[in-house]
Amino acid sequence: MSPQSDQPERVKAVGTFTAIRRLYPYAQSAMPFIYLGMAAALAAGIVALLIPQVLRSLVDGPLQSGDSSQIWPAFFIVLGLGIVEAIMIALRRYFVLTPGTHVEARMRNTLYMTLQHLPVSFHDRWPSGQLLSRAVSDLNLIRRWLSFGLVLLVVNVLTIIVGLLFLVNISWVLGVIFIVTSIPLWIYGYVFEKKYSIVARRSQDQTGDLATAVEESVHGIRVLKAFGRGKHALVGFSAQAESLRGTEIEKARAIAGIWLWLLLVPDVMFALGLLGGVWLVVEGNISAGDLVAFFATATVLRFPVESIGFLLSMTFDARTAADRFFEVMDSANPITDPEHPETITDSRGHLQFTNVHYRYPDSPANVPDLVNGIDLSIEPGETMALVGLTGSGKSTITALTTRLYDVTEGSISIDGVDIRNLTLIELRRHLAMAFEDATLFSSSVRENVLMGRPDSTEEELREALSIAQADFVYDLPKGLDTLVGEEGLSLSGGQRQRLALARAVAAKPAVLVLDDPLSALDVDTEALVEAALRKVLSSTTALIVAHRPSTVMLADRVALLEDGKVTAVGKHSDLLATSSHYRYVISSLEEEEQEVSS
Amino acid sequence: MSVMGTSGEERNDYTKDESRQIRQRSLRLLGSLIAPVRLRVVLTMAVVVVSTAAQVAGPALIAYGIDNALPALIDGETLPLVLVVSAYLFTGIVGASMIAWYTVLSARVSQAILFDLRKRVFLHTQRLSLEFHESYTSGRIIARQTSDLDAIRELLDSGINQLVQGALYMGFIAIAMFSLDWVSGVILFCALVPLGFLTRWFQVRSQLHFRETRTTSAKLIVHFVETMTGIRAVKAFRKEERNREQFGGLVENYRDANARVIQLFGIFDPGLVLIGNVALAMILLVGGLRVSTGDLAIGALLGALLYARQFFAPAQEMAMFYNSYQSAAAALEKISGVLEERPTVADPTTPIDLRKAKGTVTFDGVEFAYNADKVILPKFDLALPAGQTVAMVGTTGAGKSTLAKLISRFYDPSQGTVSLDGVDLRKLHPKDLRRAIVMVTQEAYLFSGNVADNIALGKPDATREEIIGAAKAVGAHEFIEALPNGYDTDVNKRGGRVSAGQRQLLSFARAFIADPVVLILDEATASLDIPSERLVQAGLQTLLSDRTAIIIAHRLSTVAIADRVLVMEHGRVIEDGTPQELISGSGKFAQLHAAWRDSLV
Ligand SMILES: Nc1ncnc2c1ncn2[C@@H]1O[C@H](COP(=O)(O)OP(=O)(O)OP(=O)(O)O)[C@@H](O)[C@H]1O
Ligand SMILES: Nc1ncnc2c1ncn2[C@@H]1O[C@H](COP(=O)(O)OP(=O)(O)OP(=O)(O)O)[C@@H](O)[C@H]1O
Ligand SMILES: [Mg+2]
Ligand SMILES: [Mg+2]
Repeated sequence: MSPQSDQPERVKAVGTFTAIRRLYPYAQSAMPFIYLGMAAALAAGIVALLIPQVLRSLVDGPLQSGDSSQIWPAFFIVLGLGIVEAIMIALRRYFVLTPGTHVEARMRNTLYMTLQHLPVSFHDRWPSGQLLSRAVSDLNLIRRWLSFGLVLLVVNVLTIIVGLLFLVNISWVLGVIFIVTSIPLWIYGYVFEKKYSIVARRSQDQTGDLATAVEESVHGIRVLKAFGRGKHALVGFSAQAESLRGTEIEKARAIAGIWLWLLLVPDVMFALGLLGGVWLVVEGNISAGDLVAFFATATVLRFPVESIGFLLSMTFDARTAADRFFEVMDSANPITDPEHPETITDSRGHLQFTNVHYRYPDSPANVPDLVNGIDLSIEPGETMALVGLTGSGKSTITALTTRLYDVTEGSISIDGVDIRNLTLIELRRHLAMAFEDATLFSSSVRENVLMGRPDSTEEELREALSIAQADFVYDLPKGLDTLVGEEGLSLSGGQRQRLALARAVAAKPAVLVLDDPLSALDVDTEALVEAALRKVLSSTTALIVAHRPSTVMLADRVALLEDGKVTAVGKHSDLLATSSHYRYVISSLEEEEQEVSS
Repeated sequence: MSVMGTSGEERNDYTKDESRQIRQRSLRLLGSLIAPVRLRVVLTMAVVVVSTAAQVAGPALIAYGIDNALPALIDGETLPLVLVVSAYLFTGIVGASMIAWYTVLSARVSQAILFDLRKRVFLHTQRLSLEFHESYTSGRIIARQTSDLDAIRELLDSGINQLVQGALYMGFIAIAMFSLDWVSGVILFCALVPLGFLTRWFQVRSQLHFRETRTTSAKLIVHFVETMTGIRAVKAFRKEERNREQFGGLVENYRDANARVIQLFGIFDPGLVLIGNVALAMILLVGGLRVSTGDLAIGALLGALLYARQFFAPAQEMAMFYNSYQSAAAALEKISGVLEERPTVADPTTPIDLRKAKGTVTFDGVEFAYNADKVILPKFDLALPAGQTVAMVGTTGAGKSTLAKLISRFYDPSQGTVSLDGVDLRKLHPKDLRRAIVMVTQEAYLFSGNVADNIALGKPDATREEIIGAAKAVGAHEFIEALPNGYDTDVNKRGGRVSAGQRQLLSFARAFIADPVVLILDEATASLDIPSERLVQAGLQTLLSDRTAIIIAHRLSTVAIADRVLVMEHGRVIEDGTPQELISGSGKFAQLHAAWRDSLV
C-alpha cells in the first residue's frame, strides 16, 4: 500500500524542535513579523499581570484607609492597562496572521512544483490521497501553528515565567509552593510528547489513506456502478474511517491526560496557596493586598497554563505535518536537468538506443531486466513501429525516450546527444508523445491541443486537428473554445484519443513517439488518420507502438520486441516471412476470419 | 436562480431567502447527525456541567477564605480554613477529572458523528448518477469529502468543547457573580450588550468570506488532483510552468480568502478583550468605592474581579469556536447541498424483483441526449433476444458507448424505455439489475490494492480458486503469476503497475467472474495484442453461448463470434444483420470488412 501505512509509527527519533526548525526557510521572511507578534503578545501578557499589582496597592492603600479619592486613579490605570492589552492583542493578530497565510501559500506552491518535477516512479508509488492531504490539511495545520500556536506557546511560557516572578515577588514562600507543585506538569508534558506525536502522525496518515479511498471511489465510479459495488466500496471505506476514528479517540485520550494535569495542578496550587496565604497573613508576613494580588495574578496565569495543553498538541500536530511535508520534499529526484546541458541547435531527429536496459525498482532480483539491452537506430525522418506482446515493455520504452523514467544502463540519444545531457524542457521540445490513455486537461480544446507549442498559429492548430481527423471539435458547442476534460464536456473514447494525437502532432517535434495511437478508432477513421499522418511522418522521425497490422503499415521499418530485446528489425513483409514470433504477434486471426467469410 | 442541491454553490450573493434555505438544510443535516447520539450528548453535557460548576466554585471559595477563614484564624479557629481548603481541593479534583472524562466522551460523540457523515456522503456520492459526477467533477466531490470534512472535524474536535465549556462557564460565573455581589453582576451583564453586537457583526461579515474559503479550497483541490492524475502528460508536454501559474493563482485566491477571514478576526478578538477589560475596570471602580464605604468585603471584591477576568477568558476561546464554527458551517452548507442532490437515475421506490433474468434487452421508442440541445441517439427501437451475441461497430463518436450506458443504466433514456425481460430498467431492483447486466467500460480502471481484489470486485465473495479460474479463462493467469507477489501484487494507483493490455485483461476477468446474463464489452480488447485477443475470443465463445452479449469493437475480428452485427452512425443503427449477410451485401459493413481484410495482408 502506501509508503506510510506500512509503518504507521513513523515519528522519527529527532526532537520536535529539530523537526520543526526545518520550516525556517519557508517562514524566514515572515519571522520578523512573528517576532513582533510575540513581542506584542508578551506585552499583552505582562499588562494583564500588572493589573493585580494595581489591586495590591489598592487593597493595602485606599481600601484599608477608606480613602475613596484614590480609587479613581486606580480605575483609570486598570482601564488604561485593559485598553493597552486589547491593542497589543490586535497588534499580535495584525503582525502574525497575514504573514502566516503567505508562508502557507509559499509552501503549497513549492510542494506542488516539487510534485510536478518528481519522477513518475515517485507518483507510481505514492497514493494520491497522501499527496492531497499533505497539500491541503497538513499545510493548513502548519499555518495555524505558525501564526497562532508558535506565538502563543512561546509567549504563554514567557508569561508564566514572568507571572511566577511576580508571585515570588509578592511572597517567596507562596511562589516556591507554586513552582514545586508544577514539577509533575513538566514531566507529564514530556511523556505527552512521545505519546501524542505517534497518534498524531498515525491520524494524519490515515486521513491521507481515507482521501485515497475517496479519490478512487470517485474516479472509479463507472466501474463501481457497472458492478453495483457502491455498498461494497463503502464497506472498505468504513473500515478505514473506523480506524481513523479509533486513532482520533486515542488522541483524545492523550489530550485528556494532559488536561487532567493542567487543571489539577493549578487547583492544588490554589488550595495550597490559600492555606499558606491565609496563614502568612495571620502571621503578619504578608498583607491582605498581597494575598489579593497573589490570587489575581495566579488567576491571570490560569489561562496560559491551561492553554499549554492544546498548544502542545497543536505543536506536535504541526511537527508531524512538517515531517510529512518534508518526506515529499526530501524524495530524491534522479531525473533532473544536467549540470552542463548540451543543446541541439538544428535537430534532425536521429533517435538512437544503445544497449538500453531498464528494470522497475520493485522487480525481484532473479528476473532479467524488463528492457534488456536494446540497440536500435531510428534515422532522421524514418518511422519505426514497435511491436510486441502485451506487457513486453513497449510503453516502458516510450516512457524512457522522454525521461519519464531513466534508463538503468546504456543510453538513448537524439542527434548524438545523450538525452540526459539535455535539459528536460529541451528534450521534451524535441520529442512529443501520445500516451495510450488519452489525458485531457480541464481547459479549452485549443489549449489542450497546443499544450506542447502554445505559440502556434491558428493555421497550424487546424492542420494538426485535421491530421488527427478531429474535425468534430468544430461542432462542439463553442468550437475550439469548448471546455473539455474533467470540468468540461465529456468526449467519446475515440474523440479523446484523436485530440491527444493532435496534441502530439501540433507540437511539431523532431521525434514523435506514439503509444498505440489508433486503438480506439474505427477502421474508416483509422484509415483517414493514417493517410494524413503519412504526410507528417515523411519528414518526422517517429516511434509508433502498434498492435494492429494496419498501424504497422504506417512504418518504414518494424522493430520486434521479445524478452526485453529487439530480436528483429525490418520491413513488415520481410519480418512476416522471416520471423515466426512476428507472425505470432501480428498476424491476423486467420481461423476466425475464415469462419466469418465462409 | 435556485440554491437546491449544488446549484449556485459558487455564488456569493445569496438573497435572504436563499441564505435561510441553505442554513435550514445545514441545520437539518446537523440535527439528523446528532439524533442517533443524543443520549451520549446528554451524558457529555451532564459531565461538562458538573466539571464547569466545580471549576467556577474556585473564586467564591477564595473570597470565603479571605473574608471568613482569615478572620477566624486570627481568632484561633482553624476549622474554616481547613474546610475551605479541602473544598477547594475537592472541587479541583472533581473539575479536572470531569474535564478529562469529558474530553474523551466528547471525542467519542464527535467521532461518531463524523463517521456517520463520512459514510453518508460516501454512499450518497456513490448513488448519484454519472450525470452529476461528470458535471460536478471528481475534484469537487473529493474536496467535499476531505477538506470540508476536515473543517467539520475541527469544529467538533475543539470548537464544540470551547463553545459548551465557554457558554457554561459564562453562565455559571454570572450566577456565582450575582450571588457573590449583585452590583458587579449587573455590570457584567451590561457588558453582554456590546458583546452581542460585536459577535453579530462578525458573524454577518465573516460568513461570506468563510464560504469563499470553501470554494477556493475546492478549486485548489480540483486542480491539484487533475495535475497528479495526468502527471505523465504534464511532464511530456512541459505543462509545469503553465500549471504553476494556474495553481499559484488558485493558491493566492485561497490565501486571500483566508486572510480576509483572519483580518476580521483581528478586530473581533481584541474587541472581546476590550469589552472584558472595561467591564473589569468598572467592577473595580464601583466595588472599590463600596469597599471604602464598607458596603462590600475585600474578599468579595476580589472574587468578583477574578470572576470578571474568568468570564471573559473563555470569550477568546469562544472566538476560536466561532472561527471553526463558521468554517464548518460553510462546509456543512456545501455537503448538505451534495446530499440534497437526488440521483437522476434513481433507485425505484417499489422495485420489481427479477431473480433469474433470461437476458432479453429491448429499446422501446428510446431517445437520448446528454444535454437537451444535442440529441445523441434519435428515437429508435431495438430488440436483443436472450442469448444473442451482438457486435456493434461504427465511427467514433457514433453513440455506441452511449447505447451501452443506457443498457447498464448509467443514464436513463430521455424518452421511451429500455427493458430487461420486459421489465423497465427504471423499475428493476438495483441488485437484480447489477447482477444481470455488467459492462466492461472503455477505460479499464483498476483500484489500488492487489490483483485478486481487483478481480474479486466482480464477485466480492469469490474464492481464490474462482479468481484464478477467471484469470485463466481470459488468459491473464500467466502474467499475474509472473508479478513479484502473484495475485497479491499491488497494482498501484489506477493499475499503473501493469501494462495497458494487462489492465484490460484484469477488468475482463472481473466481468467474467461476475457471471452476468447480459455482458457488455465496450472496446474491451482494444489494447490487447493479437494473441491475447485470440485467447479472449476463444474464452468469449464458450462464455457467451448462453448469455446476451453486446460487443463494441473496432477490430472486425471480434465480429467473428457474433450472431448479429449492428452498424451505427450518427446515433442511428444503419445496418443490422448476421455477419454473413452484411459482408455479402454492399453496405457500409461489407466495405469496412473488405478494407480490414486488406489491412491484414
Ligand atoms: N510502474 C511499474 N512498476 C513495475 N512494473 C511495471 C510498471 N509499469 C509496468 N510494469 C510492468 O512492466 C511490463 C511492461 O509494461 P508496459 O506497460 O511497458 O507493457 P506494454 O508492452 O506497453 O504492454 P501493452 O501492450 O499491454 O500496453 C509489464 O509486465 C508490467 O507489469
Ligand atoms: N457524458 C457526456 N456528455 C455529453 N456528451 C457526451 C458524453 N459522452 C459522450 N458524449 C458525446 O456523445 C457522442 C457519442 O459518444 P459515445 O461515447 O457514445 O461514442 P462512441 O460511439 O462510443 O465513440 P468511440 O468509438 O469513440 O468510443 C459523442 O459526440 C460524444 O462527444
Ligand atoms: Mg503499453
Ligand atoms: Mg465509446
